[in-house]
Amino acid sequence: MFKDEFEKYDWDEVQSSIYAKTAADVERALHKTRRDIEDFKALISPAAAPYLEQMAQLSHRITQKRFGKTIQLYAPLYLSNECQNICNYCGFSFDNKLKRRTLSSIEILQEAEYLKKEGFEHVLLVTGEANKTVGVDYLQKAVQLLSPHFANLSIEVQPLEEAEYKMLADDGLYAVLVYQETYHKDNYKLYHTKGKKSNFDYRLDTPDRLGNAGVHKIGLGVLIGLEDWRTDNFFTALHVNYLERNFWQTKYSISFPRLRPATGLIEPKVVISDKELVQLICAWRIFNEEIELSISTRENEVFRNHIIQLGATTMSAGSKTNPGGYAVEPESLEQFEIDDSRSVAEVKQMIEGKGYKAVWKDWEQFASFG
Amino acid sequence: MSDFLKIADKTFSSRLFTGTGKFGNHQLMEDALIASGTELVTVALRRVSLDGEDDDILQHLHHAHINLLPNTSGVRNAKEAIFAAHLAREALQTNWLKLEIHPDPKYLMPDPIETLKAAEQLVKDGFIVLPYIHADPVLCKRLEDVGVAAVMPLGSPIGSNMGLKTLEFLQIIIEQSNVPVIVDAGIGAPSHAAAAMEIGADAVLVNTAIAVAGNPVMIAKAFRMAVEAGRMAYNAKLGAVKAYAEASSPLTEFLN
Ligand code: SF4
Repeated sequence: MFKDEFEKYDWDEVQSSIYAKTAADVERALHKTRRDIEDFKALISPAAAPYLEQMAQLSHRITQKRFGKTIQLYAPLYLSNECQNICNYCGFSFDNKLKRRTLSSIEILQEAEYLKKEGFEHVLLVTGEANKTVGVDYLQKAVQLLSPHFANLSIEVQPLEEAEYKMLADDGLYAVLVYQETYHKDNYKLYHTKGKKSNFDYRLDTPDRLGNAGVHKIGLGVLIGLEDWRTDNFFTALHVNYLERNFWQTKYSISFPRLRPATGLIEPKVVISDKELVQLICAWRIFNEEIELSISTRENEVFRNHIIQLGATTMSAGSKTNPGGYAVEPESLEQFEIDDSRSVAEVKQMIEGKGYKAVWKDWEQFASFG
Repeated sequence: MSDFLKIADKTFSSRLFTGTGKFGNHQLMEDALIASGTELVTVALRRVSLDGEDDDILQHLHHAHINLLPNTSGVRNAKEAIFAAHLAREALQTNWLKLEIHPDPKYLMPDPIETLKAAEQLVKDGFIVLPYIHADPVLCKRLEDVGVAAVMPLGSPIGSNMGLKTLEFLQIIIEQSNVPVIVDAGIGAPSHAAAAMEIGADAVLVNTAIAVAGNPVMIAKAFRMAVEAGRMAYNAKLGAVKAYAEASSPLTEFLN
């Protein structure tokens, strides 16, 4: 279990070791061909800031070599905003007053039809955590309903049991995104005050369960704005390293959600600048040449336009973060504010303008018929 | 002198096979493939829109001299590969298949055990099977035994552009093979392609190096020329490379 490895580390020690990295450490990391986790620390450290252009160029080259001039497009499909948990950074938090809604099968298909028309083949299903109404049965039904219509389905929902993941994978589920939010175990409680999500360990063990269940892809990440982002990303990298060693048949992706203001929520405790976020993304690419790096519409237009050439491989476009937001009830309240509100066609045009190909379909469900 | 490559029922005058992934757009891909002179182009089934979308890749590959070689990239075992192969045959109307089973999504290393299993079944099912494999001479012979049409050992990891890191093993494979040997993966520069042809490879497959070059059309031409040059050098019987000078014969002089 990753937990065993995780427990060997002390947050404060890791943090000071990152901040102690020097220019020489950064240069060594840049000139190697294979980088280890100490190199990653150097690349995300303040000492690497003056090397940003060099890192960007390296990241650009490495990304093109592996992924070509392509950007994979996906759309989030919010199925429900019901949630029993209190997470004080989230718009769907239990104590937040808003109209709750869980899409019915007919509504799910209406939303799906909209996304299909836009051209999407990769779709991410999102819910809060409300086990009575949006339990595993509901999710299974949604996957069964949608898997004939899309080439590739992912979920970002409450952590499930291994057997449940297996079941969903058999029905055509491709990937599961489960962000630890922060690896700072003590402070995790401050953000997740009530409900199942407050169980840090169960969440931490989730990728192990996913690996055992044979899910094709696992998405990891932390919510940037809670704790020191460098230290949190070190732990994410440690987690990926562990998973790659133990579940070598699984693919991994990393996201970099920044805490966004939403109605009635906490302010970010730490703020990452655009420069630092670029540094972080490039550091990930240089450290792990094969990993998918995903950028959502939480980021603004300008940032998204440029990040295409700096290491990103996957993007959402034209997103709505409220259940029914595409076709059923476009006016309901969103989980977080979208910063890039361009249409799918506009984003596609931007990608092509950069000399990249927007990829809609990159999967076929080979297994589910066998 | 005619120097054609024959694989199963097809004859090729170009020994440069190409891929279709990683290009910035489909038009550029089409232009580069035309410039390369390639006659066999591999397409990932998972990238093909089976319900016929407008900007689909296949529409750019309709040329009389271009043959499609669907590949099974994305499958993790023999069972999935066999399923994908049948899907490909139906969708693309060809029984040619590049059998790729790399359950490791990081380095995309081919699984020899699953590949052999799948190859055996697919040959029985009437496919022309070209398996992508590690440069493993024994595995190549085993695949030949089950009836594959060619073997496709790697030069170095897919997309790495590192060239012929497996040179010694490729030479053994070429020496022993009764089926065409196509060096696949890792060829990052025209000089690598020429080197593979010089040691006697029957063809090479190049994708990343063309797709992500600053000028894919120009590099495609360069690859075409390099493959032709390498093949010509092979046919011309290259002079031996000498590690030291042979001015006199001090050890055998007494025999004269
Ligand atoms: S982050 Fe997830 S679990 Fe927490 S309140 Fe929001 S939807 Fe619920």
